[in-house]
Amino acid sequence: MRDRAVNIIPTGTANLASVMAGLRRVGAEPLIAASAEEVLRAPRVVVPGVGSFGAALAEVRRRGIDVALRERLERGSPTLLICLGLQLLATASEESPGERGLGIIAATVKRLPPGVLRPQLGWNQVTTGAGARCVAPGYAYFANSYCLYEADSSWTLAWSDHGGPFIAALERGPQLACQFHPELSGAWGLRLLDAWCAAC
Amino acid sequence: MLTRRLIPCLDTRGGRVVKGRRFVDLRDAGLPAELARRYDEDGADELILLDITATPEGRANALATVRTVRDALTIPLTVGGGVRSIADAEALLTAGADKVAVNTAALADPGLLDALAGQFGSQCVVLAIDAAAWPDGGWRVFARSGSEVTARAPVEWATEAEQRGAGEILLTSIDRDGTGEGFDLVLLDAVSRRIRLPVIASGGASRADHCLMALEAGADAVLAASMFHDNAVSLRQVKRFLASHGVEIRP
Repeated sequence: MRDRAVNIIPTGTANLASVMAGLRRVGAEPLIAASAEEVLRAPRVVVPGVGSFGAALAEVRRRGIDVALRERLERGSPTLLICLGLQLLATASEESPGERGLGIIAATVKRLPPGVLRPQLGWNQVTTGAGARCVAPGYAYFANSYCLYEADSSWTLAWSDHGGPFIAALERGPQLACQFHPELSGAWGLRLLDAWCAAC
Repeated sequence: MLTRRLIPCLDTRGGRVVKGRRFVDLRDAGLPAELARRYDEDGADELILLDITATPEGRANALATVRTVRDALTIPLTVGGGVRSIADAEALLTAGADKVAVNTAALADPGLLDALAGQFGSQCVVLAIDAAAWPDGGWRVFARSGSEVTARAPVEWATEAEQRGAGEILLTSIDRDGTGEGFDLVLLDAVSRRIRLPVIASGGASRADHCLMALEAGADAVLAASMFHDNAVSLRQVKRFLASHGVEIRP
């Protein structure tokens, strides 16, 4: 079943087992993509994320796949970016000052506001606007201290609220970036993974 | 809005779920993967798996159990028991954990919390505190599955852990564990008002209103084992009860 293959980029300290279990559950065949060539050519790529902005970027650069990943994103190839993976799309992050992100989205990742639980750990409600293909309204599992508050209009946005509205997910064709963890978001998360696989 | 969480806990020994009272008198409660699947379907928000004999027996966590539980779950999994190093944590994450809980090893070397947070991020690091009332009117923190008293008090230890980068505190009252008498609300209040981290209340739940009282006392999440293993109250019943009392909870 070659058409169900999903290549996962090792970004260092990600919860790979959970991501792979989630993908297998919706019938995909996850495998680890380690080379720039694989990142460029694979039909579907997942960028998982646990860890810090700077550390993940360093790992991606060390493996020489930052350029391949940017090219893949710019040409619109099917890609799913999870949690920190979403944040890598930005130009910079308050978490790692001076570090340059992939720059697909012209915005800076910000720290969640004071006065709310940080890290945000738990289930939060996701709302979607018109044009959402993969993301449906529901509850998603988040584990983050940083997030995006803006993106250009080429993306369809989903929102959640933690001390104010923040971007829960961005969609653009077969490209989907989620601040939450679909692989940990129960049946709702599995439906999203399934919808993304089907949309690619 | 961020919802409160209901977290079943599987204490395991030799690949089976066990449950005791005040950390002793363990009895069998089933297979980890079977219970995990049932709780996932019943609406559990997360699952915690504690290998309670790993540290006393001086060995690492049973990775095979972690793998089978991960395959049965679609929700976050925290694993604790016998975690002494970055390598131990990495092995658990590779096997299917999303968060790692530390207890005894962090008491011996608090720098382990800094190291784990630096490597995996605070959201990945849970400090488990086992506390019991002490004759001086406060509480003491215990190590080695409740068998060894330390000089630390839970409030100060939680505060230090927050500064060192822990992302969550799993606060267990040894006095209430397995008794069904409800959570130690005074302990919960004392710890949660001093830190900004989410606190998971543990030890003593047997009724839905115990969970509500813990949330009102400052807990961000409630953990229960016997209550769910014995089918005394179902997860859905507790969730409905909490929602009917105005608690934000995932349906």
